[in-house]
Amino acid sequence: MGRVITYREALGEAIKEEMLRDERVFLLGEDIGIYGGAYKVTAGLLGLFGERRVIDAPLSESLIVGAGIGAAIVGLRPIVEIMYIDFATLASDQIINQAAKFHFMTGGNVNVPMVIRTQEGSGRSAAAQHSQCLEAWYAHIPGLKVVLPATPFDAKGLLKSAVRDNNPVMVIEHKGLYTLKGEVPLEEYTIGIGKADIKRPGKDLSVLTYSKMVHFCVQAAEEISKSEGIAAEVVDLRSIRPIDEEAIQKTAEKTKHVLIVTEANKTCGVSAELFAKVYELVPSVKKVVRLAGKDVILACSPVLEKFSVPSVDEIKLGMMNTMGLTEKELSYD
Amino acid sequence: MKHLETPKSRLYFMMLIRAFELRISEAFANGKLAGTMFHLSVGQEATAVGAIAALREGDFIQSHHRGHGHMIALNADIKRMMAEMFGRVGGYCKGKGGSMHIADIKLGNLGANGIVGAGIPIATGAALGIKYMGTDQVVMCFFGEGAALEGEFHESLNFAGLHKLPIIYVIENNQYSLSTSIKRASAVEDLSSRASAYNMPGKRVDGMNVEAVFDAATEAINHVRKGDGPYLLECLTYRYYGHSRSDAAPYRTKEEEKAWKKQDPIVNYQGLLAERGTLPSDECEKMQKKIDLSLDDAVAFADSSVFPSVNEIFADIYAD
Repeated sequence: MGRVITYREALGEAIKEEMLRDERVFLLGEDIGIYGGAYKVTAGLLGLFGERRVIDAPLSESLIVGAGIGAAIVGLRPIVEIMYIDFATLASDQIINQAAKFHFMTGGNVNVPMVIRTQEGSGRSAAAQHSQCLEAWYAHIPGLKVVLPATPFDAKGLLKSAVRDNNPVMVIEHKGLYTLKGEVPLEEYTIGIGKADIKRPGKDLSVLTYSKMVHFCVQAAEEISKSEGIAAEVVDLRSIRPIDEEAIQKTAEKTKHVLIVTEANKTCGVSAELFAKVYELVPSVKKVVRLAGKDVILACSPVLEKFSVPSVDEIKLGMMNTMGLTEKELSYD
Repeated sequence: MKHLETPKSRLYFMMLIRAFELRISEAFANGKLAGTMFHLSVGQEATAVGAIAALREGDFIQSHHRGHGHMIALNADIKRMMAEMFGRVGGYCKGKGGSMHIADIKLGNLGANGIVGAGIPIATGAALGIKYMGTDQVVMCFFGEGAALEGEFHESLNFAGLHKLPIIYVIENNQYSLSTSIKRASAVEDLSSRASAYNMPGKRVDGMNVEAVFDAATEAINHVRKGDGPYLLECLTYRYYGHSRSDAAPYRTKEEEKAWKKQDPIVNYQGLLAERGTLPSDECEKMQKKIDLSLDDAVAFADSSVFPSVNEIFADIYAD
């Protein structure tokens, strides 16, 4: 039985339920306790679980992630929070050189069961250092898992799986989705990490995407279905490491026309990886088009910000382009 | 630690560390070592042995890139250490870690680290975990004076001081981070004085004297185990060789090296024990013989251990 709650509430529920289920789960992050989190995901948890399990951290990102690793090594299951993915740069060593590599470097003797929660993305005029989509950095690193939920249902199920995973998992939320509402069951459920989800079925065209762009793509697909009679299938990857190759192959084989949409900028982004993967998995594919954020630095001005990342209109153009129905090319200028 | 309870056992383990390091050098010269990246702790034996001797079974240590001595002081199997150095499957990390990552959680070693300073937040997190679980274990976190200049040192000591975590931070101040003297890198010379900024006691000790290190570590551990919060212990020591294989240490004077070697932790302790009459005259020779034989065994074991199959590279990236 479901009810409608927000993305923020779904994440909060996942954390609460996991903390109730497993005494080893605790929270460490900046302003997560008294303040309830910069985006209020952890609101109320300090009151429920106390300062032992909900720890407001000093502004020490490297310590936050490193302490999570140390606590995980001695048997706990920390959920650490980095307020903005842009700040994760301050903890890069702990994420990339430590958390990701510990299990391997010890020959498999040590596990690091830890969740690194953070959020990314544009749409709030937060400017150059609070709006980036840096998921490609982490997806590049063997040893990490990287998930980016797009809906309340996925957010809850994926975060719960992340807590139960024996590896470091980055859960990258989108700051533009916290107020999004969606149906979430009352019953316990989890979503396997690495499983894509078809958010809108279709036979003519495949759209590979994740996070907030899922919603733009679904809207574009609805509109183009009405205006052009094209049935676009929107595949929400949900996880970019591991990535669901089976789902990519299946949809690309079916439609032979693939549009890739990411908010993250184009060069060396996840869109480039997906572009290559489609050709590797389905060499007979007819056309693949990629639509990513422009290779620019995000600005505060809403006009500039909006222009920098894909819009519903651009996605529709991308769909037309992929189907060979327009001469007009996507522009990155 | 039980195996380090007697003066003789402390001398033995210091001698074993030195002999192990020298044997590694020899193995490198013979082309047996995997790679060229190893850091010898010759000269620093008293800090590893003295500090670890003061711990209990069940406590944790955090090691670093110059960490062979810590493992040996934890009574690690030198056969498996040697095999790891040789890149063989018989090694502690199946040959995947190598010199800089030899560790075994079962021995209480949280890890050795190739990134200077990176172990400090991790050890601090382990201490947080211990406090969370409510046991009376402690963490002893080793790092060099170079690491004490990293931001992570300050982030970690602040957090530990704030939360009164059960951790002893041990600075093995061997005077140089590669070529740069601590005098040319730190605004304060006495690194232990930084403890006051983080609400914990700090102490400087002669790191060439195993008993002095043991006494200071014991005091620090007592403080920490009581629940009085962290402790910063700075051990003044010296690495006899360069930073790594490629470093002939041209930045140091012969006089300086000589002055430090005069305080040699092993030679002086041998002298002290002989003076006290607790070390029969032929005992050192006997111990050395035993050590040499055990190292022969370790090299033979490492030699006979196979290299990993290439498929091993895909294993252990993720835990099940």
